[in-house]
Amino acid sequence: MSVLRPLDKLPGLNTATVLLVGADDALLQRLADSMLKTDCASELRVHLARSLPLPSNVNRPRVDLLVFVINLHSKYSLQSVEKSLHHVDASFFLGKACFLATGAGRENLCSVHRNTIVRLARTYRSPVLFCDLEVEGSRAAMAQRLARMLQISAGHVPGVSAMSLLSLLRSSESPSLEDL
Amino acid sequence: MDETIAEFIRRTILKIPMSEMMTVLEAWNFLSESQLQTLNLRQRKDSLAQSVVLLCEEKCASLSDAALLDIVCEDLDLFDIEQFKSSFKKILQRALRNVTVSFRDAEENAVWIRIAWGTQYTKPNQYKPTYVVYYSHTPYAFTSSSRLKSNIPLLGQALTVASKHHQIVKMDLRSRYLDSLKAIVFKQYNQNFEIHNPTAPLQERSVGLDINTDSRIIHENAVEKDKVQRITQETFGDYPQPRLEFAQYKFWKAAMLTTTPQTPTQSLQFHNRFLETKFKSDLNGGILADREEPLRCLIKFSSPHLLEALKSLAPAGIADAPLSPLLTCIPSRGMNYFKIRDK
Repeated sequence: MSVLRPLDKLPGLNTATVLLVGADDALLQRLADSMLKTDCASELRVHLARSLPLPSNVNRPRVDLLVFVINLHSKYSLQSVEKSLHHVDASFFLGKACFLATGAGRENLCSVHRNTIVRLARTYRSPVLFCDLEVEGSRAAMAQRLARMLQISAGHVPGVSAMSLLSLLRSSESPSLEDL
Repeated sequence: MDETIAEFIRRTILKIPMSEMMTVLEAWNFLSESQLQTLNLRQRKDSLAQSVVLLCEEKCASLSDAALLDIVCEDLDLFDIEQFKSSFKKILQRALRNVTVSFRDAEENAVWIRIAWGTQYTKPNQYKPTYVVYYSHTPYAFTSSSRLKSNIPLLGQALTVASKHHQIVKMDLRSRYLDSLKAIVFKQYNQNFEIHNPTAPLQERSVGLDINTDSRIIHENAVEKDKVQRITQETFGDYPQPRLEFAQYKFWKAAMLTTTPQTPTQSLQFHNRFLETKFKSDLNGGILADREEPLRCLIKFSSPHLLEALKSLAPAGIADAPLSPLLTCIPSRGMNYFKIRDK
């Protein structure tokens, strides 16, 4: 039971749950607050975890979207996410997972290069998003984007599935997948 | 009078230097004037002690009188502040003809000393003085960092001799905040200050929780978070940390070179308990090639308030708890400059 699976539970009525995974608790908290402030037709639930696997004795809803939050200022943050990735079922990476890198703007504080995250995301065939979670405006915009992605992953948007969104996002990146 | 009391008084008398003997006995206020006058201060100390004991027997000294004598001795102590100052000044003036030494007495038996250094031929430079704070009832002195490094051994010597010690040792502890240095050295940092309103901190904590209890947000790793908080509290305590700006670690490590035949780079892996460090250089080796001497590595942590920053690392999710003991031992060992040899 230590591997997180996307479809092992029944969905809740009009509910969409996102799991934010990252070592930096304060940033996750702020992102969660921003996401809940967005105007969203579905009922949102946000779960915050420092790392995976999650404690197994808890009754929790199905996770519709998995967001790995990496703070580019902290190598520890990257290592924590890399360890957590081992506990995720592969089917999450069919559009229900993405990487979020924060802090690229302040280069003098970055100890992780943004290309490291780009390569990591390519390895897992998942989109990578960049923002600055410490800045209100950037965070609010990202929260709206994530809320929309969450709705799609939970199946609340007719005509668009997680997989189709994934292929839409991928076409804007570099086309050569061998380039790893 | 008891045998044991007599012996105790005798031994206490033997501990008092002859120069202070009369002062102590008068301050004790047990023996009468006439009795004190019968004492011959020119005789040897053990004979004097015997005479005092006999006088005490005449007056039937009790244990509490003997204890009072002991307290009076401690109070007058072996330290005479004026003697220290004149001795200190003389030593410096004998060594360097031109030197300005000033004193100021402060609270807690602290003597502030200002020294402007000159040489045999030049007048003292009043713009680059050294400041020393000596706590007379402790074996510690705090000095400001001096640009004129050549005078430091002389300063050490003057302090040692004037304070009647044998040796002076430089501690690897530096900070811009004298109060923090005092707190660490006198072990006064681990005190809780929240005595006035014990309920206040609890209220603060629950208010913090209220902000977070939007029921739509669930923290999955609450157990781990509590564990990290607990470990942090055990390591750093609840009290404010003394203020330091730096921690510096010097490492020496014998070089271990590994070459992989295929790749044109030589890389050196440098593992120590603290940090994983990798050095890479190209084929010609550079500083890594054919290295005989050990590699020296210096790691410096700096912060406006280093210990508080270290304390917040694990709760902020930037490091694992518990932190390396090399970081957490700073206040308890009283050092923030370390030299570590990897064996």
